[in-house]
Amino acid sequence: MAMPNGPQGERENYLNKEYGVGSWLLTTDHKRIALLYLMSITFFFFIGGFFALLIRLELLTPAGDLVQADTYNKLFTMHGMVMVFFFLIPSIPAVLGNFLVPMMIGAKDLAFPRINLLSWYLYIIGGVMMLHCMLTGGVDTGWTFYTPYSTAFTNTKIVEAGLAIFVAGFSSILTGLNFVVTIHRMRAPGMTWSRLPLFIWAHYATSIIQLLGTPVVAITIVLVAAERTLHLGIFDPKLGGDPLLFQHLFWFYSHPAVYIMILPSMGIVSEIIACFSRKRIFGYNFVALSSIAIAVFGFLVWAHHLFVAGISIYAAFVFSLLSYAVAVPSAVKTFNWTATLYKGSIRYDAPMLYAFGFIGLFMMGGLTGLFLSALGIDVHVTDTYFVVAHFHYIMVGGAVMGYLGGMHFWWPKISGRLYPEGWARLAALIVFIGFHLTFFPQFVLGYLGMPRRYYDYSHMPEFQVLNVLSTAGATILGVGYLLPMIYFLWSMRYGKPAPDNPWNAAGLEWKSASPPPTFNFDVEPVVTWEAYNYEELDAPHPQEAPVVR
Amino acid sequence: MAGNVDALFIFLLIVTGMVALLIFVCLLFFAARYRQRAHVHAEQIEGSTPLELTWSIIPLFVFLAIFAWGAVIYFKERTPPRDAAEVYVVAKQWMWKLEHAEGQREINELHIPVGRDVKLIMTSQDVIHSFYVPAFRIKQDVLPGRYTTAWFRATKPGIYHLFCAEYCGTQHSGMIGSIVVLEPAQYEAWMSGGSTGPLSVTGEKVFAELGCVTCHRSDAQGRGPNLQGVFGKPVLLQDGRTLVADENYIRESILDPGAKIVNGYKPVMPTFQGLLSEEQLNALVAYVKSLSGAKPGDGSGKANADAAAAQGSQVNE
Repeated sequence: MAMPNGPQGERENYLNKEYGVGSWLLTTDHKRIALLYLMSITFFFFIGGFFALLIRLELLTPAGDLVQADTYNKLFTMHGMVMVFFFLIPSIPAVLGNFLVPMMIGAKDLAFPRINLLSWYLYIIGGVMMLHCMLTGGVDTGWTFYTPYSTAFTNTKIVEAGLAIFVAGFSSILTGLNFVVTIHRMRAPGMTWSRLPLFIWAHYATSIIQLLGTPVVAITIVLVAAERTLHLGIFDPKLGGDPLLFQHLFWFYSHPAVYIMILPSMGIVSEIIACFSRKRIFGYNFVALSSIAIAVFGFLVWAHHLFVAGISIYAAFVFSLLSYAVAVPSAVKTFNWTATLYKGSIRYDAPMLYAFGFIGLFMMGGLTGLFLSALGIDVHVTDTYFVVAHFHYIMVGGAVMGYLGGMHFWWPKISGRLYPEGWARLAALIVFIGFHLTFFPQFVLGYLGMPRRYYDYSHMPEFQVLNVLSTAGATILGVGYLLPMIYFLWSMRYGKPAPDNPWNAAGLEWKSASPPPTFNFDVEPVVTWEAYNYEELDAPHPQEAPVVR
Repeated sequence: MAGNVDALFIFLLIVTGMVALLIFVCLLFFAARYRQRAHVHAEQIEGSTPLELTWSIIPLFVFLAIFAWGAVIYFKERTPPRDAAEVYVVAKQWMWKLEHAEGQREINELHIPVGRDVKLIMTSQDVIHSFYVPAFRIKQDVLPGRYTTAWFRATKPGIYHLFCAEYCGTQHSGMIGSIVVLEPAQYEAWMSGGSTGPLSVTGEKVFAELGCVTCHRSDAQGRGPNLQGVFGKPVLLQDGRTLVADENYIRESILDPGAKIVNGYKPVMPTFQGLLSEEQLNALVAYVKSLSGAKPGDGSGKANADAAAAQGSQVNE
């Protein structure tokens, strides 16, 4: 262990420096804001999860018997909106990114601490608007808001939900802006671009997407609201508009948004795999550049959501081809993580189990993406449960697995406490098994032809067995997600105090105390080593790295 | 078509299965072989550019092959054969209205003969729907304000699910029906009842009732273009562009006549937006098409279908 473990409770840190509600609500400390985000997104995660549970319960039997059709339609809509806009997009960047980006590059805080706090408030305002919308009737269009249903036919609260997402979108833009500026301007002396942890590269790529993509969805929402309230003809053919224009605009953001969710997770996995195999990541440059490549190509594939929507055959060819192009950097990452294990010295602590789980689930999601990019197959399986399974493998399997892995990896740093390792390993296993049981049957359902967003399948009773399996899996998955919340909370009070660097990990954040002081480092660090210098860390008599605390 | 899609699907299952297995075996092997107890000191390996290029370029070529295969299937799916029987589909919340070129109308049910190419010319009265027959592996969104087309050929008699695959509101999951595939003889029997006359004849009546005929005369002396033989042929527009007259062009010319003016004519035609039902529009389109000699669903196509059916039943035996 690089650092001896000091007497914890006495050291001043970001948690015990000030007390009281005001000290949290007016804080500009990126670490406290990260915790504010953690509480907020966890709240929305369980709301979204509750909706998912009701959806799965309804589908347990073919007949529509648990809720009304309209209620069901609102459930999957609100599940999608809450999970995408209020959990997945902010999850890793706003919590772990907020906490770690400054620490990993040796900065005191983000470049704009007040804007950081503003972004949390925007998120909360958007969240409250969304809650209000849900409690006063909700929306039933699906999270995709397809026109002209959303602009001319439904009588649910489109404008209100749209505005909630609009406001939350600015929170996302500001976070991205903050990260880009911070990574450019605030790196400690010696922290060159080629020494950045891959977590930072991943967040840099993510931030670019947030900055460039989010304004497009904001504009699209404004256009939907304008058509709905002022009857301007933009998307509705009756008013001279074009419904496909909406789909192009919507997916121009919402496809890259998937990379907002998955790239940070990939960054986390790179950190964890390097640490627990005690090796520099294999092919650092390729892994770093593949993040940028994904961000760039990710903007060029949106119309692969439109292969049966009525676009021209030749447009479909182009977007199919480009979709395969974006698959290459994802494959490169997976190969590099696997190669990193080669001749490593591998430990199986809980974060590593989550990282393995990530690779397993992400690989399934990525490989089934190859099916969907193939035009002939997409025609059959798009808008069926095959697609539902595919994107859940990426966005939930991949992104949430990575998020949980990161939470376990950095929890000792964040809270200054250790969680019960046995329970954490068990939870990783439960999530992995529950996830497959929930979503694997949906691939089969989709190929058999069950369309998504079906409330009632009593004319197709042959689909029931697979639906029952899926619902059973969802129950297990729910337990798997509840467990970490319980033992994390438990550990804050009863957990053993964490040493500064419990994993003996490389990375500047581990050279600070656990929990870190308000300004992260007592002395500004000077970086003289490459990222993932596990060889030096594990050398029998390590060269004493500069003490920074 | 289903066979082609399934073949590619199985090919992909094999390829991705092999990749997944390879990664899985490597992970497991490394995880066991290099666990900390067995392998105390990690060996630092910087990376390898040749290896990176290998595992970028090989997947890229495999991807290109999959792309090409998928694209070929898609091209076929999206290009209806010329002599296919035509069915006009009008989707609305939450039902399918189908009308054969011969005039039979159906709701949520479509009867077709085995072994015959069937082309669907589809539009929606309200929101976006999607015509999905899983057994035929076809799906096509149905949009308001324009036509989209799809086609299939059923190879086995039976009853197949028809689903709406694009979320369309409260009863989305109730917007289902069936495709009833009949033997040619049964189909003839079914067709002999319930027709109000061919759709093109209905269209001719509408054409006369609305007075279209006063300008669109067959002697090229009218204020509007002569419609004889127009369908499927290139049309020179006033702005110099040329386009091929398809269903969407005819539809647009009725609803928004000023959008594309034929060279040599004046924009004098009034719009019929809001004055025609989707069914009347379909009838008009069918009539204009019938003026071009191509009469889908007449003798030549039928002979074709009988031959195909004979082939199909042999396969079934």
